[in-house]
Amino acid sequence: MTEGPEFLNALILLSNYVVLPAITYGSQLALGALGVTLVFGILRFSNFAHGDTMAFGAMVTILFTWWFQSLGISFGQLPTALLALPVGILFTIVILLLTDRLVYRYYRRIKSKPITFVMLSVGVMFVMTGLVRFIIGPKDQNFADGARFIFKARDFKKWAGLSEGLALRSSQLITIVVTMLLVAALFWFLQKTKAGKSMRAYSDNEELALLSGINPDTVVRVTWILTAVLATTAGLLYSLDKSFKPFVFFQLLLPIFASAIVGGLGKPIGAIAGGFIIAFSEVCLTYVYRKFLIYLLPESMEPETLVQLLSTEYKFAVSFIILVLVLLIAPTGLFKGKVV
Amino acid sequence: MKKTFLTAALVVVMTATGFAQSSVVKVGIILGFTGPIESLTQDMAPGAELAFKEASDSGLFLGGKRIKVIRGDSTCVDAAAATAVAERLVTSDKVVAIMGAACSGATTAVVNNVSVPNGVVTISPSATSPALSTIKDKGYFFRTAPSDARQGQVLAQVAIDRGIKKIAVTFTNNDYGKGLADSFVSGFKKLGGKVTINAPHEDGKADYSAEVGALAASGADELAVLGYVDQGGLGIIQASLDAGAFKRFVVGDGMIGQSIIDRIGDDMIGTFGTLPGGVSEGRAKFVQMATKAGINGEGPYVTTSYDAAALIVLAMQAAGSTNRSAIRSKVMMVANAPGEKILPGELAKGLKILKAGGDVDYVGASSVEFNDVGEVFGTYREMEIKKSFQLIQVR
Repeated sequence: MTEGPEFLNALILLSNYVVLPAITYGSQLALGALGVTLVFGILRFSNFAHGDTMAFGAMVTILFTWWFQSLGISFGQLPTALLALPVGILFTIVILLLTDRLVYRYYRRIKSKPITFVMLSVGVMFVMTGLVRFIIGPKDQNFADGARFIFKARDFKKWAGLSEGLALRSSQLITIVVTMLLVAALFWFLQKTKAGKSMRAYSDNEELALLSGINPDTVVRVTWILTAVLATTAGLLYSLDKSFKPFVFFQLLLPIFASAIVGGLGKPIGAIAGGFIIAFSEVCLTYVYRKFLIYLLPESMEPETLVQLLSTEYKFAVSFIILVLVLLIAPTGLFKGKVV
Repeated sequence: MKKTFLTAALVVVMTATGFAQSSVVKVGIILGFTGPIESLTQDMAPGAELAFKEASDSGLFLGGKRIKVIRGDSTCVDAAAATAVAERLVTSDKVVAIMGAACSGATTAVVNNVSVPNGVVTISPSATSPALSTIKDKGYFFRTAPSDARQGQVLAQVAIDRGIKKIAVTFTNNDYGKGLADSFVSGFKKLGGKVTINAPHEDGKADYSAEVGALAASGADELAVLGYVDQGGLGIIQASLDAGAFKRFVVGDGMIGQSIIDRIGDDMIGTFGTLPGGVSEGRAKFVQMATKAGINGEGPYVTTSYDAAALIVLAMQAAGSTNRSAIRSKVMMVANAPGEKILPGELAKGLKILKAGGDVDYVGASSVEFNDVGEVFGTYREMEIKKSFQLIQVR
C-alpha cells in the first residue's frame, strides 16, 4: 500500500538515496579536487600527498574540537568542529609551507622534471600518513556534536503524507553551504585580487609571468595556503558527514584525482564539475532501482530482479574506469586542462 | 640361579606395571596450547581436568581407578603437528579417549588421521566449523560446541517468531559473515520468509550510504546485519538510520555489544539478536566450582571443555571398561535423555547410578544434548535492546 502519488514517491526515493548523498559526496570530492588541480596548475605536479593532507587537517581540527568540547565551548546547533576548523587550517598551512621549504623548494630551484615532484609527493604522503597515525591512531574517531538532522525521514513522511521519506542531515547541509561559500570565495580571489591574477598568470606562462615582475615565491606560498584551506575543509566535511579514519583518505585519492582529470587538470571549474560527475556515477551505477521502477511502472511491468548495474563493492572501480576512459579518449578533460 | 632371580625380578616388575596400569586410566587432552588460541586454552584445559579430577576423587570411577591426563599441543593451525601429537598419545601413551582438539582445522586432521583409524572417542569442546557435521567419523567424533550453521537458523527462527516475513541481509565479507548469512538465509526461507537481497559489506569504510541504498531499495522493511559491532556493521546501521531506511535490526553475535548503544543511542531500541551460550543452573554451578579452583569459568569454551571431559568419564563408567569402542557406544546414552539429570559437580552421583546399571542424562555446564551426528544443538540467548541488551529468552 502506498500513500500519495506514485510519481512523487519515486522522486523522493531517488532524492533520499541518490541525489542528496551524491551532491554531498560530490561537494567533498570537488573541494579535494580543487586542491589537486591548484597544485597541478601552478606548481605543475600531481600531489599524491593531498589525501593525507586532508587527513592531517581533519585530525588537527578533531583534536581541537575535543579540546573545545572539554572546555565546554559549543557552537549551538552546529558542530563544534566548525569552530576548530580555522585552527586546523592554520596548522595545515604551517605543515605545507614547511614541506615546501624542506622538500619541494630545492627541486624547484634546480628545475627538476615533474616526475621528480610526483615521487617527492609520494614520499611526503608516506611521512604524512605515519604522522597522522602516530598522533591520532589508525582507528575511527568520534567527534560529532550538535543537531544531527535538519529533518528526519519519519517527520518528512508525516508532513508530506507520502510513503517515502526524505532525511536531511545537518552535515549534508553544512557540506553543501560551506562548499558553495568556499568555491565562491576562491573564484573571487583568483579573478579579482592581484595575488589571484598573478597566480593565473604564473599558471598560464611561467616565463612571461616572471618577466612581468611576479614574485614566484609569493605565488607558491599563496598556492600552498589555498591548498591547505581546501584540503582541511574537504577532510573535515568528509569526516563530519561520514567518519574520520586515516586510511579512508588514501582511498579517496583515486576519486579525487579522477575528478580533477575528468574536469581537466589545472582548471578549477573542471575540478568542481568532475567531482559531481564522479560522485553521481558512483552512486547511480550502484543503486538498486527496483523500488523506483515499481513506483513508476504499471504493475504488470514491475521488475522481479534488483535492477542494479553494479554491486556496491565495485564503487571505487567506477571512478577508476572513468579515469581510464578519460585518459584514453580525451586526456585534456572536459574543460581542456593540461595533459599529464 | 641367576636366571631364576632375573625372571623373578622381571615378573615382579611386570606385575607392578600391570597393577599400575589397571588402577590408572589415561586420557588425552589435545588443545592448541601454543598458537592463535593459546590464551583460551589456559582455562579450557584446567576446566576439563576439573571433571577428570572430580571423577578420580569420588573413588567410584570404574571401581576406584584414577584418571591420568596427558596433554598434547595441537598448535591450532598446523594439521601435521596436531596429527603427530594425537598419534603419539594414541599409540605410545595409549590413551583411551581424547578431549580435543580445539580448532576446527586441527580437529578435522586428528579425527581423519588418528581417531577414526584407531577407533578413539574424540570430543571437541570448541570446533565449530559446519563442515565437521558431515565428517566421516564412524561415530567416534562428538562436539560440545554448537556448529556455526546453527546460529543462523536460530536467528531466522527468532525473526520469524517476531512476525518478520521479508528481510534484507548484509554480512561482513569474510568466512564468519558468509557462513552465518548462508545459514540464516536458508533457515529464513525454509520457515517461509523472503530474503530480498543478500549483500556483503566491507569493513573499515567511512561511507555505507550506497550499500544502505541498495538494501533499502530491495523492498524489505527489515534488515539483518551479520557483521562486527565496531566495524562495517555499525556503519550500515548508522547510515540506515540516517537515511530513514530501516528502523530496527536483526543482528548476529558479532553485533551484540554495549558500544553500539553508546554510539547510536535510543534509535537502537527494538533491535534484537542471538548470542551463543545459555543461562542455566548448571552454568552457574560450574562457574562457582571453577572460581574456587582458580579457573575463569565464564571464559569462552570452558564450560564445554568440562562437559567434554565429563562425558568421557561417564561413557567409560557406562561401558564398565576402558575398551575404546565400548566407550563410543555409550557417549550418546549418557549425554541424552532419558535418565537422571547430572549437573556439574554431581559426577559422583552419575557414576553411582551408572554402576548400578541405571541411565543418566548429562546436562552439565552447557546444557548438553546431542543430535544424531553427535554434536550439541547449542543454546542461544535471544537478546533485545530495551535500554541496554537484555535477555529475552534462551533458545
